[in-house]
Amino acid sequence: MSYSASLKDRMGRFVIYAIVILLALICLLPLWNIVAISFSSSEAVSANAVGLLPVKFTTAAYSKIIDDAQFWRSFGISVLRVALSLVLNMILIVLMAYPLSKSKREFKGRNIYMNIMIFAMLFSGGMIPSYLLIKNLDMLNTIWSLVLPGAVPIFSVILVMNFFAAVPKALEEAAFIDGANALQVLFKVYVPVSIPALATVSLFSIVGTWNDFFSGLIYMTKVSNYPLMTYIQSLNVNIAELLQSGTNSAQLSNLTEISNKNLNAAKIVVAVIPLLLIYPLLQKYFVTGIVVGSVKE
Amino acid sequence: MKQEKYKARNRLGTGAMYHMMMLPGILFLLVFSYIPMVGVITAFQDYVPAKGMFGSEFVGLKHFIYMFKLPDIGQVISNTLVIAIAKILLGTLMAIIFSILLNEIRFKFVKKSVQTIVYLPHFLSWVVLASVVVNMFSLDGSVNQILAFFGLENINFLGSNTWFQPLIIGTDVWKEFGYSSIVYLAAITSIDPGLYEAAGMDGASWWRKVWHITLPGMLPIILLMGVMSLTNILSAGFDQIYNLYNPVVYESGDILDTYVYRIGLVGRQYSFGTAVGLFKSVIGIVLLLSANELAKKYTDRKIF
Repeated sequence: MSYSASLKDRMGRFVIYAIVILLALICLLPLWNIVAISFSSSEAVSANAVGLLPVKFTTAAYSKIIDDAQFWRSFGISVLRVALSLVLNMILIVLMAYPLSKSKREFKGRNIYMNIMIFAMLFSGGMIPSYLLIKNLDMLNTIWSLVLPGAVPIFSVILVMNFFAAVPKALEEAAFIDGANALQVLFKVYVPVSIPALATVSLFSIVGTWNDFFSGLIYMTKVSNYPLMTYIQSLNVNIAELLQSGTNSAQLSNLTEISNKNLNAAKIVVAVIPLLLIYPLLQKYFVTGIVVGSVKE
Repeated sequence: MKQEKYKARNRLGTGAMYHMMMLPGILFLLVFSYIPMVGVITAFQDYVPAKGMFGSEFVGLKHFIYMFKLPDIGQVISNTLVIAIAKILLGTLMAIIFSILLNEIRFKFVKKSVQTIVYLPHFLSWVVLASVVVNMFSLDGSVNQILAFFGLENINFLGSNTWFQPLIIGTDVWKEFGYSSIVYLAAITSIDPGLYEAAGMDGASWWRKVWHITLPGMLPIILLMGVMSLTNILSAGFDQIYNLYNPVVYESGDILDTYVYRIGLVGRQYSFGTAVGLFKSVIGIVLLLSANELAKKYTDRKIF
């Protein structure tokens, strides 16, 4: 191979590295900018002087959050909701995925259950009938309106079902011969060997429930019952309106807006921290999980 | 012999146990998914909350006819389709290109770090990302600062009917391309390395290897994902648009979901909102079933 070809090759490799790293930066920098804003003084934020490093470093916005009772109330509601949803989701996913992973012959009625699930995945009554149901059940303004409607994540059930179906039959046979019943087989054999799949679906559950703002928006009529994302969303709306109402930046430079922007950045950072904490723990599992889940025979 | 008998008896109990295991989940589905399905009959009524679903008067297709006579429904449907299709096409293209490039990265640390970063936006809520987007694209945001640096005029991205759709499409591609590249990366790793070696012997350039080996190798997955995304064609992304739009850009930003929310729930026109939602569901289910047939026909795989 000639020298010029390898030089060309190296150039090409350099270009690929450059593009990939640039794309990663495009994903990271806008988020990083918010972190920098949250640690900058409000004057610097209003002067648009904040780039990637905080300008006139201050934790004033964070001290303000500490005093924001509604923020912590909403934070607590979100934590409770995620915990309840996670427990409920995981129990139901495991309980349903196991019988469904059996063949039609081993489990009579399997296909009927499968059809009930698939139809519920395909067709929904929509936003308004669901709202009316929650209202008629007297669940408006309760934590249950945030937890129960999403109790069965159908996609996750199917993912775990496929995983269970791939577990060697011999393990189950051995346990049955030792006198275990189906429930014991499920929890003592299937669950322990399916940790990657269960980690993936628990990540889906945590991320989904932590990030959801819409159920809070429609099922909670009092701000004091808002989960965190709904609370932050209600603040965002105010800011967007302020930004829209101003046609030049001079009009935007009023103090309330500035402190809002600064404070809001800090609120967003705090709201994302729980996800950032679990993300590295579960990241190694979800790639496998997604590949298993997306490709079915 | 005795053991076999014991096994058979155990099986019988096992069947009953399977049903018991299904019961709680199925009950939740019946209450929270199937009862609202019955609730769609409100689309054919003049629903009055005080009278309830069984006391309200039936009006047939009145709300559907009204829907198609509304001056803005055509605009809403076209917005939905344009935004959804552009997101699918550009998002898929971007994910494919990214996965091919990322596959070339041999330096493990770089590869891992890049992956961790590009997957991240997928896990953040649009509530959070809307702030990021507003911060970037508002009149005094960084994007306009960059435009000013090059002597270009400021653009009010969030308040312009010309720019709102490109903004929505672009930021969605930004959020999702990393995460969607996971399946394409998996597809690339399953391609036989022998093919590349053989092509290398024949003196094929990097580009020719990508064109003649990598892309054809990815084709089944690309088709499958493309077919599956058809089902999202009427869901252009409620969370994103709801968090980014404002009355100025209703004209270019309103999609079926945001429209149902605004008219049906906020405007308390329950029957009309349900009718629009039902319309969306029915089109969606037709598309999904067609997509499944297409997938079976062209990729030998079924979605369900």
